[in-house]
Amino acid sequence: MAETALTNTGTSITRPAGWRGIAADWSSDQRAFKNVSWGKAMMWIFLLSDTFIFSCFLLSYMTARMSTTVPWPNPSEVFALNIAGRHIPLILIAIMTFILISSSGTMAMAVNFGYRRDRVRTAALMLATAAFGATFVGMQAFEWTKLIMEGVRPWSNPWGAPQFGACFFMITGFHGTHVTIGVIFLIAIARKVLRGDFDRERRGFFTSRKGYYEIVEITGLYWHFVDLVWVFIFAFFYLW
Amino acid sequence: MTNAAVHVEGQAAQHALHTYVPDAVASGAAHTKGQQHPIRLYLVVWGWLFVLSTCSYLVDYFGIHGHLRWSLILLFMVLKAGLIVAVFMHMAWERLALAYAILLPPVLVLVFVAIMVFESDYTHLLRSIFFAPTA
Repeated sequence: MAETALTNTGTSITRPAGWRGIAADWSSDQRAFKNVSWGKAMMWIFLLSDTFIFSCFLLSYMTARMSTTVPWPNPSEVFALNIAGRHIPLILIAIMTFILISSSGTMAMAVNFGYRRDRVRTAALMLATAAFGATFVGMQAFEWTKLIMEGVRPWSNPWGAPQFGACFFMITGFHGTHVTIGVIFLIAIARKVLRGDFDRERRGFFTSRKGYYEIVEITGLYWHFVDLVWVFIFAFFYLW
Repeated sequence: MTNAAVHVEGQAAQHALHTYVPDAVASGAAHTKGQQHPIRLYLVVWGWLFVLSTCSYLVDYFGIHGHLRWSLILLFMVLKAGLIVAVFMHMAWERLALAYAILLPPVLVLVFVAIMVFESDYTHLLRSIFFAPTA
């Protein structure tokens, strides 16, 4: 069994670039992804499948919104907040966006420190990312509570097209679930980093495989994807 | 299992195998070389993401409407998504074989979008003809 994958990431390989490279890499009977480990390739493929899931949600939202004859509730008003006596449109969502972007920034830096084998900084930045993520989920819980108190249900709402609630709860709920899973994932990996698992190549309790700092980058891919999905939700659901 | 996988890779993989064997000894060494880029680059991208998010928020804040609103929203969205995928997710430095395998399939979703636009137009038409509230 040993190490089943050729995980020599980053090593220089002399292969054609550009279109010729694509043809050469994809031609028969070889590994298509030359300098990418199986872990990273599988995370990318998982993210691709997740892209399709979120695409379907946004598409069904688009279909509902385009085909309804009842006016769609104005998100700018629905998600407005009164802060210090001022009525600011969409402010909560803007703050959530900035929080998620910041968490992506700290994550990108964690990957960098991971490859430098700086255990403490990597773990600290990953935990900061997790804290941002938890804050985001907390604000989402606040947003849900507020809307439910105002009478939004998956089948009706006080402002217009009844499909609004179903789309809102489905899309933001699924995204929030992803963020929550990401926070758990980050804390688990940060604990391993801090304990020095990847310096001593301690074997995982479940797979019995050696761990490498690359897992920080793979965790990062998932986390950035969560941020990426939010970019689309922000544009299509909240701003449109 | 490993050997079978390696054998079918043929000539091209021989090179990869060569570089792999040593780091089985100095294990993990290769893994430290992964995607490493200056922190400064990440901070610059972070800054740009903040600027672009602020811009898209301001589109709503100033209540811009119509085609200008939609094109601005889409522009800022695409720029943000591009920065995240290219820099934060390191796609800019991956080989094209991976980049195309991952980035092309989502583009086909646009076909699905086109289908559903026609479908919802049709549904809307039927609803306004047969279920109009004041008819």
